[in-house]
Amino acid sequence: MISSALKIKESLAIDVKGVYHRYSKTKYAVGIFIPRWTLKRGERVFLHGASGSGKTTLLNLLAGVLSPTQGGIQLLEQEFSSLYSRRKDKFRAQHIGVVFQQFNLISYLSVLKNIQLAAYFGGNAKSKVEQKASEMLRKLKLDPDVLQRPAGSLSVGQQQRVAIARALINAPEILLVDEPTSALDAAARDAFMEILIEICQLTTTTLVFVSHDMYLRRFFDASVEISSLLKPVETVEC
Amino acid sequence: MLVSVAWSSLRSRRKSVILTFFSLLISISVLLSVEHIRQNAKESFNRTISAVDIIVGAPSGQLNLLLYSVFRMGNPTNNIAYESFETLSKNQHVAWTIPILLGDSHRGSRVMGTNENYFAHFKYANKQALEFAAGVPFSKLFQAVIGADVAKQLKYQVGDEIVIAHGIGNVSFAKHDNTPFVISGILKATGTPVDKTIHVSLNAIEAIHLSPSQQKKLLSDPTSVNLTPESMTAVMLGLKSLMATFKLQREINNYQKDQLMAILPGVAMTELWQMMATVENLLLVISILVLISSLFGLSTMLLASMQQRKNEIAVLRVLGASPSVIFALVLIEALLLIVLVIVAAIGLISLTLTLSSDWLASEYGLFLSGNLLSIDSLKVVAVIVVTSIITSLLPAIEAYKNALNVGLSSRC
Repeated sequence: MISSALKIKESLAIDVKGVYHRYSKTKYAVGIFIPRWTLKRGERVFLHGASGSGKTTLLNLLAGVLSPTQGGIQLLEQEFSSLYSRRKDKFRAQHIGVVFQQFNLISYLSVLKNIQLAAYFGGNAKSKVEQKASEMLRKLKLDPDVLQRPAGSLSVGQQQRVAIARALINAPEILLVDEPTSALDAAARDAFMEILIEICQLTTTTLVFVSHDMYLRRFFDASVEISSLLKPVETVEC
Repeated sequence: MLVSVAWSSLRSRRKSVILTFFSLLISISVLLSVEHIRQNAKESFNRTISAVDIIVGAPSGQLNLLLYSVFRMGNPTNNIAYESFETLSKNQHVAWTIPILLGDSHRGSRVMGTNENYFAHFKYANKQALEFAAGVPFSKLFQAVIGADVAKQLKYQVGDEIVIAHGIGNVSFAKHDNTPFVISGILKATGTPVDKTIHVSLNAIEAIHLSPSQQKKLLSDPTSVNLTPESMTAVMLGLKSLMATFKLQREINNYQKDQLMAILPGVAMTELWQMMATVENLLLVISILVLISSLFGLSTMLLASMQQRKNEIAVLRVLGASPSVIFALVLIEALLLIVLVIVAAIGLISLTLTLSSDWLASEYGLFLSGNLLSIDSLKVVAVIVVTSIITSLLPAIEAYKNALNVGLSSRC
């Protein structure tokens, strides 16, 4: 029991090796380079940096929406960045949950439909989703009645909590979160953060939390300044 | 799942979707009904007459003669002499003759004077003879045989009495009230102008046009008055051998004692169709253009929604939807809309046809079936679906590109 727990603790959730990503749309050779960055399973890390420092690019790379120009990313000790895009999409649906700043939900669909859609892409049976979703909403201190309401009719704070429920419905090993509280007021923000950390602890989900708001650092055991990961890009030939 | 998402997406953009729906509904209804009328009109016209080799009437044009003698449309320009009819009947090449005497009406239905040959030799559609649904052909002077539609509309039964008016209007001042007719038979429906016709004997037509004093005399003594008509509207001929057709036609056209014109129904029908074909093709081209323009409308609506969809696409991507799923979603939306429109259009046309079939039949001699689901219509539907998929490709490709480029943090 202890040894298996240890094993999980020891195995890596994220392993970024020599990744160089060049922004495709710029004329100049601008990009980010990460020599090495690893994160163990179940760790929760606060990733901060000024805007434009490459936080979002890193998240896009981790989620597989962007592919690195060079280098490789392993997730859950499997090759990820070199997969075909269809396999990446599948992997993301099953193993990665994402919450962003705002507009996490499809506003014309009901909350339940939004969550079911995530389960659908993750390949989970539709039948149990409703029960699981209402349990999860209860943990997130939301009334399960909101399931039937259109997502667009909820307050921003409620929407962000539904976004967590949706991101966790397939029990992903990794949760990527990008400035989720920037649209919330102070009280809602604190409540949101507490719930997020608690639910990640409960499910031992690896959490990568990106923000420029240093105040949020207090909710995490570990924090990483993004510029410390990056090496300046000097010569670039493509 | 994807279909229900597409459906919700359509519902969330109700206003523009409904406008597009109506624009498509109009154009698809026009296209489908033009196509339907085209096929049906041809069939309906072609089934009107069969096995008649020559029609003889007063000289006018062959279309005119065809229209008034067969379709009961328009008025005869002139009549032919009764003697000519007798001469034609005695001709060595002629197997049978059907005299036609038009000019009276009963509550909007044409009354046609003829003789027993009509029931024996007149054929429609694929050489089908007339059949009786009830009763028998007329045998007495004031008896009539009515078509199926007349019986249905006016709720007549065998044994009912009807009064015939002079002229062909619905309401006539000169009603021949002294001489009511008794219905002796009702014909089975044929889907041709026969259904709208009241058939009486030649002598009966003559009798209702007698002066009141002579009518009184006739009623007291049926043999006292000569009821042989002086003239005839047209005569249909059946020949013993088709080899004689052109020879006889020439002979009739050159007949010295009377002004006659002989036409071949098949030839006249073809001419009629050639005339119609131009109009038909024009209508078809116009309706295709209208359809294309509303398909562009569909494409525009979907493209315009792309801006607001960027965020939606980002969400779907994050959930693990591949760009091809997003491509498919846009296509499904377009297809859902098109299928709804096609169903509505078919419903609309069927309803319109059912409601207007009587009017079309009496006014234009068109017998259209209310059943739209012929193979040809299905082909048209297939073409519509394929073209709408093609026009929806543009917004779908746009969505696909969006899906490829979209990052995680969509800050709208």
